[in-house]
Amino acid sequence: MTQIEREEMEFDVVVVGGGPAGLAAAIRLRQIAPETSVCLIEKGSEIGAHIVSGAVIEPRALEELLPDWRDRNAPLRTPVTEEHMLYLTPHRAINIPALDRVMPHMNNHGNFVVSLGEVCRWLGEQAEEAGVEIYPGFSGAELLIENNRVAGIITGDMGIERDGTQGGNFAPGMILRAKQTILTEGARGSLSAHAMQRFGLRKGVESQTYALGIKEVWEIPKENHRPGLVQHSFGWPLDDHTYGGAWLYHFGENLVSYGFVTGLDYANTYLSPFEEMQRTKLHPAFRKHFEGGKRIIYGARALSEGGFQSIPRLSFPGGVLAGDSAGFLNVPKIKGTHTAMKSGMLAAEAVAEALTKDTTEASTFTALVKDSWLWSELRDVRNIRPAFSKWGMKLGALYSGIDSMIFRGRTPWTLHHPHADNETLKPAALCKKIAYPKPDNKLTFDRVSSVFLSSTNHEENQPVHLKLRNQSIWRTVNHDVFDSPESRYCPAGVYEQEQDGTEWNLRINAQNCVHCKTCDIKDPTQNIEWCTPEGGGGPNYPVGM
Amino acid sequence: MTMKVLVPVKRVVDYNVKVRVAADGSGVETQGVKMSMNPFDEIAIEEAVRLREKGAATEVVAVSIGVQASQDTLRTALAMGADRAILIRTNETLEPLAVAGLLKIIVEREAPGLVCMGKQAIDDDMNATGQILAAKLGWPQGTFASAVTIADGRAEIAREIDGGTEVISLALPAVVTADLRLNEPRYASLPNIMKARKKPLETLDAADLGVDLAPRLTIVSVAEPAERKEGVKLNSAAELVEKLKTEAKVI
Ligand SMILES: Cc1cc2nc3c(=O)[nH]c(=O)nc-3n(C[C@H](O)[C@H](O)[C@H](O)COP(=O)(O)OP(=O)(O)OC[C@H]3O[C@@H](n4cnc5c(N)ncnc54)[C@H](O)[C@@H]3O)c2cc1C
Ligand SMILES: Cc1cc2nc3c(=O)[nH]c(=O)nc-3n(C[C@H](O)[C@H](O)[C@H](O)COP(=O)(O)OP(=O)(O)OC[C@H]3O[C@@H](n4cnc5c(N)ncnc54)[C@H](O)[C@@H]3O)c2cc1C
Ligand code: SF4
Repeated sequence: MTQIEREEMEFDVVVVGGGPAGLAAAIRLRQIAPETSVCLIEKGSEIGAHIVSGAVIEPRALEELLPDWRDRNAPLRTPVTEEHMLYLTPHRAINIPALDRVMPHMNNHGNFVVSLGEVCRWLGEQAEEAGVEIYPGFSGAELLIENNRVAGIITGDMGIERDGTQGGNFAPGMILRAKQTILTEGARGSLSAHAMQRFGLRKGVESQTYALGIKEVWEIPKENHRPGLVQHSFGWPLDDHTYGGAWLYHFGENLVSYGFVTGLDYANTYLSPFEEMQRTKLHPAFRKHFEGGKRIIYGARALSEGGFQSIPRLSFPGGVLAGDSAGFLNVPKIKGTHTAMKSGMLAAEAVAEALTKDTTEASTFTALVKDSWLWSELRDVRNIRPAFSKWGMKLGALYSGIDSMIFRGRTPWTLHHPHADNETLKPAALCKKIAYPKPDNKLTFDRVSSVFLSSTNHEENQPVHLKLRNQSIWRTVNHDVFDSPESRYCPAGVYEQEQDGTEWNLRINAQNCVHCKTCDIKDPTQNIEWCTPEGGGGPNYPVGM
Repeated sequence: MTMKVLVPVKRVVDYNVKVRVAADGSGVETQGVKMSMNPFDEIAIEEAVRLREKGAATEVVAVSIGVQASQDTLRTALAMGADRAILIRTNETLEPLAVAGLLKIIVEREAPGLVCMGKQAIDDDMNATGQILAAKLGWPQGTFASAVTIADGRAEIAREIDGGTEVISLALPAVVTADLRLNEPRYASLPNIMKARKKPLETLDAADLGVDLAPRLTIVSVAEPAERKEGVKLNSAAELVEKLKTEAKVI
């Protein structure tokens, strides 16, 4: 390939990813070092376009970042008013009593139900006002590595044709040079993965583990709307060895956020997180909330679940990792927004110090994290998620009660994540098929009509951004051994097995991809690589998501 | 010789967005949805920039009428190659008649040799602003253009018509409206977006320009199209013919 000529621009700091972590980092930098030039890029067509979250958020980090957030009209409008944790059997729901003591991490007093996409759009405005240059529609495609350090990033080329040649409107990616690069790409970031590999950041820590969250937003009749109602469930329809459950929040103007989280360490290759999400709506405890309503948005995203045990080294020469890219999510709380923001703010402080002292590595970041509430918060809940993998959902819940109530998280032991998520799938021959109900197109739907509501689009002629590292492995492993699990776990129906005479092929409908990153995580041999597609592509989630 | 091209660009709901009728049925939900430049206006900008690159034009001026955020649309136009931009600010939703009235004021001030605009906006699909503007100015018009050539004070326009193309020749100054096949617009590249931040953008208030902006139309109701029935996959052409005979009863 011929060398592409690229334009260059230099900044003090480049932030990759405009989620809560990246935006908080950028704002904090301009607050403490107002002369610093900060450029933030976001692969979504606008800030918020790729954000999927529940979301009940704790305002703690926001309070520290922008104490006057109320006066600035932050879109935190629905305080939590009522909450329930349900254990589901096929037809019944058992309300867990004394929730604030048994599962203190589930206590949501003082928290708000929000559209995180809307909060990010608002944070984006605050960042621009603070002097951050924000460029949505551009992805960080590569790290710029010079003299063994990260010296910035290269944005994706635009206008490459399917066969890899340059089309008529080809626009080469640009080099964004930076003294420090902050990687805040959310769970399973692609540049973050390169940085971790290049600088050995995961040495001595456990594998990161993940879950897939699939979400729908419904608009329901005003008379049924109970703003601030928060409901979680576990149990049915998953078996005791599969981690996961549903959420349902009433918020905003007659909106309901509903979704389902499935731990990606599930074993049954026939499980479909999408279908689990669909069928849970049929349970009486959920069904009643959708009566007379209409589904308006659909989306999906992986979240990191490794917690404390899986946090990698946070700094490397020329940059840092923050937010979900580093794995700062509090799993039992299913909350990562406040921790993402806090880690972004601390990253900014460390980076500002590195800039003043002119050091290549912002190595004070780790110490700042260890001295903050972020660290103790994650340490205290470190055993809860692994307990569920170890003992199943019912005993895991019991353990979680004991760990929280008796030891208050200060147990002298630490439980481990036994596997990476791609190692847990059982061969199809050992798995039981699951009979999922057919969609009724009122309450439950198929993938095609769902993806339609994510407003996903990719420029059609570009190269496929989901790459098989080895073409033949799909047939011998994915198809022959696991009966094509990607056709079930992908929430966007990107992967389809196709029969051509006696031969089986994998069809990849890459233009439907909602960037959840599940295939990059769960593929049994890690044979699927998710690469950044042309900037601006992917879902276009509206406010409400 | 100087020849200015004026390009009106509209901020509309992005074409990827699945629009939804507002709960009260008064229109389409625009709160919190992604907005971008009307795709036909991107084509118009591209054509104007190409004319300048070919030496047929000397300056490209983009103008947008709308809320403050229409600035973003103008920045995109600047990043695609427009030289400067004018925002005529208003919080009202204006009809083509009022828009053409405001554009006429700008045309009189800027004296362009060509107004190059989209054939229609994908939000209200009016397909009227270009035609009304040409009439108000008393200029010739070339609508649904799929090719534009400028030479010797005239514009040769290939027009998309039913079943073919019609070529017309207009004396400049003139109004041209762009159709889908006129060109493939370039990307607003990152370096150009960065540079566009430094290009001049002037802001005027619509209310100050002495144009009657009052609406003439009333929207009676807005409804979503009827849902389409799910298709079926057939295995052979013979099966299709059979179905067309027995089920659809069309042959
Ligand atoms: C289903 C679900 C439910 C959740 N519920 C809650 C909840 O109720 N409460 C709560 O507090 N938290 C919740 N979380 C967690 C929370 O949403 C995340 O922890 C938080 O969003 C992480 O913030 P972040 O900035 O690290 O990453 P993200 O929010 O993922 O943002 C990363 C951004 O970077 C962009 N990006 C990624 N790679 C690139 C690249 N290479 N170039 C350019 N841009 C890039 C992405 O498009 C995205 O906009 C939930 C998460 C999920 C998935
Ligand atoms: C910027 C822009 C400009 C546009 N300009 C114009 C314009 O000037 N004129 C215009 O007409 N439109 C225009 N469009 C609209 C665009 O061309 C429409 O997307 C197109 O008309 C789609 O038609 P459809 O609604 O039938 O949708 P589609 O969903 O694309 O369906 C196409 C048809 O094919 C059938 N079909 C699909 N798959 C199969 C299959 N596997 N087997 C059998 N049948 C199948 C469907 O049933 C349907 O009847 C424009 C769009 C944009 C974004
Ligand atoms: S292709 Fe991969 S990243 Fe894209 S939606 Fe499917 S599982 Fe998610």
